[in-house]
Amino acid sequence: MLKSLISYLQNANLMIQISAVAIILTLVGIVFALTYFKKWGWLWREWITTVDHKKIGIMYLVCALLMFFRGGVDALLMRTQLAFPNLHFLNAQHYDEIFTTHGTIMILFMAMPFIFAMFNLVVPLQIGARDVAFPFLNAVSFWLFFFGAMLFNLSFVLGGSPDAGWVGYPPLSELPYSPGPGVNYYVLGIQISGIGSIATGINFIVTILKMRAPGMTLMRMPLFTWSVLASCIVIIFAFPALTVALALLGMDRIFGTHFFTMLHGGNPMMYINLFWVWGHPEVYIVILPAYGIFSEVVSTFCRKYIFGYKSMVVSLMMISIISYFVWVHHFFTMGAGPGVNSFFAVASMAVGIPTGVKVFNWLFTMFRGRIRITLPMLWTLAFIPCFAVGGATGIMLAVAPADYQFHNSYFLIAHFHQVLIGGVVYGLLAGMYFWWPKILGFKLNETLGKWAFWFFNLGFYVCFMPQYALGFMGMTRRVYTYPAESGWGTLNFVSTIGAFMMGIGFLFIVAQILYSIRHGERDTTGDPWDGRTLEWSLPSPVPHYNFAQIPVVDDMDAWWKMKQQQKEGIQPQKEPLKPIHMPSPSSLPFFMGLAFFICGFGLVFNQFTIATIGLIGVVICMLWRSLEKDTGYYISVEEIKKNEAAVRGL
Amino acid sequence: MVETTGRPIPDPKSSKHLHGTEEEEKNILGFWIFLSTDLVLFACLFATYLVLRTHTDGGPTTAQLFDIPMFTLETFILLTSSFTCGLAVREMRYNNLRRLLGWLAVTVLLGLIFVGIEASEFLSYSSEGATMQRSAFLSGFFTLVGTHGLHVSLGIVWMISVGIQLLRDRIHPTTARKLFNAGLYWHFLDVVWVMIYTVVYLMGVMK
Amino acid sequence: MKNIGQPAKRTFPWSHVTGYVGSIVLTVLALLFTVKAPFSQGSLITILLGFAILQILIQLIFFMHITEKNGPAYHSIAIALGFLFTFAVVAGSIWVMTFGSQVQ
Repeated sequence: MLKSLISYLQNANLMIQISAVAIILTLVGIVFALTYFKKWGWLWREWITTVDHKKIGIMYLVCALLMFFRGGVDALLMRTQLAFPNLHFLNAQHYDEIFTTHGTIMILFMAMPFIFAMFNLVVPLQIGARDVAFPFLNAVSFWLFFFGAMLFNLSFVLGGSPDAGWVGYPPLSELPYSPGPGVNYYVLGIQISGIGSIATGINFIVTILKMRAPGMTLMRMPLFTWSVLASCIVIIFAFPALTVALALLGMDRIFGTHFFTMLHGGNPMMYINLFWVWGHPEVYIVILPAYGIFSEVVSTFCRKYIFGYKSMVVSLMMISIISYFVWVHHFFTMGAGPGVNSFFAVASMAVGIPTGVKVFNWLFTMFRGRIRITLPMLWTLAFIPCFAVGGATGIMLAVAPADYQFHNSYFLIAHFHQVLIGGVVYGLLAGMYFWWPKILGFKLNETLGKWAFWFFNLGFYVCFMPQYALGFMGMTRRVYTYPAESGWGTLNFVSTIGAFMMGIGFLFIVAQILYSIRHGERDTTGDPWDGRTLEWSLPSPVPHYNFAQIPVVDDMDAWWKMKQQQKEGIQPQKEPLKPIHMPSPSSLPFFMGLAFFICGFGLVFNQFTIATIGLIGVVICMLWRSLEKDTGYYISVEEIKKNEAAVRGL
Repeated sequence: MVETTGRPIPDPKSSKHLHGTEEEEKNILGFWIFLSTDLVLFACLFATYLVLRTHTDGGPTTAQLFDIPMFTLETFILLTSSFTCGLAVREMRYNNLRRLLGWLAVTVLLGLIFVGIEASEFLSYSSEGATMQRSAFLSGFFTLVGTHGLHVSLGIVWMISVGIQLLRDRIHPTTARKLFNAGLYWHFLDVVWVMIYTVVYLMGVMK
Repeated sequence: MKNIGQPAKRTFPWSHVTGYVGSIVLTVLALLFTVKAPFSQGSLITILLGFAILQILIQLIFFMHITEKNGPAYHSIAIALGFLFTFAVVAGSIWVMTFGSQVQ
């Protein structure tokens, strides 16, 4: 195994060799810095062994932004390659690897941790809970995600990245056509983080159903929490399909079975079927929390109750159920027959109805509201037209006969980037700006944020509008270069300019974060936006036990109501001060993730001894957890009083 | 108060934790939700098996392969273990640790016999050349039934671990909840097996 | 509600025995019908699936006590949704993939 890795690196192209050196230098730099500043203990105690949902949320956010950067660099490399006809900046193999990692990373290692960051940072605070239902499991989820992402990202310096597309369709992804370790990395990296995602789904469903503050009935729950519930329902029922699809593909590659091979009766289309049983709901998994964020942002910055709360809830739930019955629209061209294609076309269009309800509700909330144009609101305002166009082109794609023309053309590329960027990324950025002061205690600089917004938003249209046209002109996805006679040169060049504008936008966000860490406006009130839900009743940053006293809720938008009552001199109801039970930190989640990583790494290279060692490690961690007595600890009333006085500046 | 069976709802005062009951309730709900996702995982394996069932590539077919006495015996053993597992959980309410552990031991034993028979079934198929590499049908069969077998094996390890904890800590909210969840898991494996019995084996030998 | 501190009065485990006997009877009947094949294939499949559903209900009701609740029955909703999506995946996949029978 070592020999093949070394020979891979010797024969790899310069860019990969430079990356390998850069990775080693960065690692050495991190180790040196941690040792020099004596931060190892801090890292271990405060972060690696933590079970605090806020810290886990911050770690998810950091990972998501790093992965956003890596996926973004991949995108820029691709756009550079396509800027002119007949360019050979990247060769075909390298281009294949880059579009594969771009897609996989953006969906599974950027969007997923980003929504999990939002779940963790916000949900317990919004429902008046002190943590999630299973804090230990929450840490396990994070470390599984982390090590899964590590395994996937290692691929390009250790043996070669996957190159069969982010969907990994067989027979291309089968052993005879992809003999290297790349696809194994893809299968195992996603598999490991996928287990964590299912655990997160279960965790948040139980949190939301069982841990709401007294008086917060389901129909008084903030819409973001509702959207998380809807998203988690989709997670727990969709992810098993991905688990199975990847496991069977992995078995084909590692153990020589014949699920999706061309020989011995295998059927590649079955993989595609299973993949999209997960793949389409996955889109809703990431977009539903974004809908929730928009609802909170619109309601806060228009200072109004959301228009049509009940219809919002119903449409969230409808989307989460219907999302499960549309998967075939990703492969209409398989030719399953008119019955199948009509059913899935109609179901796909039906999703547009609840989505339309939501868009109108946001608009009606803004109508005659006094809108404050802050950064979260700016991204929300940009989302609506962008998503409307993306939705409309989606309906075009859902028309099965027309899809035979659009299928796998740049029209499709433009469509799904428009809904995923215009919907998910805009939503998550709005959420990040909105809750940043709550979690970290300072606001992000507005001026730099506006630069970022304009570059990213205008760059988006410059980048993707030409791609719709390119699709009509016949350009298909995943081509690494094209002849000058095709006439695609000009539009591709424009598109590349747009991509770089978005890149500049991202750099502005980085600059904004770095600048604001030192100079950002500190949030001393805990309620910088004049918020409406319970998280804004807490000091910023939130103390580790969240609520000193659990509030008693008697209406929607509980904190808004409490503020109104306080003005009238009515003090809000709270449960009496009691010692707070907290879960103990634990290093097991980290080691469990590590054991999974070792097992996965062994399987990537068919080294079954290493894999078995990892698997035994996993079982030992589970038994250890089952047999240990973890009763947590208590924070005394005096300590709470002291801390509350300090953080609330009393 | 009305008696509700099965679900352990112990007296919070008797436990060391101030909020034992609430914790255990959350755990049990979480476990039910886990079972529902596991159900969909099996659904995907069933779907794959059913789609690939006839893709035998000239190799053995279902009717040639399956042995009626063998899979019927497996079914009886697993159904019986589900029954004894139910009795073990029932003893918890009577606070009778000895009988509880007795029924648990019977359940584990039956589980081991089941896994043993299944292993010998797999071995005999393989020795006849019907390995999982032979055809798409066999890949699907071994993976579906094998995943169930793996679940049963894990269940055995889990039950032994719960048994050790019951010996160590006696019946209290945490051990009671663990036993209850392990029981749910065990019955759930019967739910899956009943489908395997019907869809894989019976429909496999059907004329 | 029963406390662990005060053991319940011992009774005969009627529900468990009923469930067990029921599941054994259904297993035997299903096997008999399959071997003797007194019905056409289509109706036999329907009957076998019906028996399987009864078996599942026995496990869920007599052994897993799914009908019991303490507060809202979220666990029943989860399992019901699980079965809905199970049906969607299995029936959907077979329906979608039957195109293969013409190709393979």
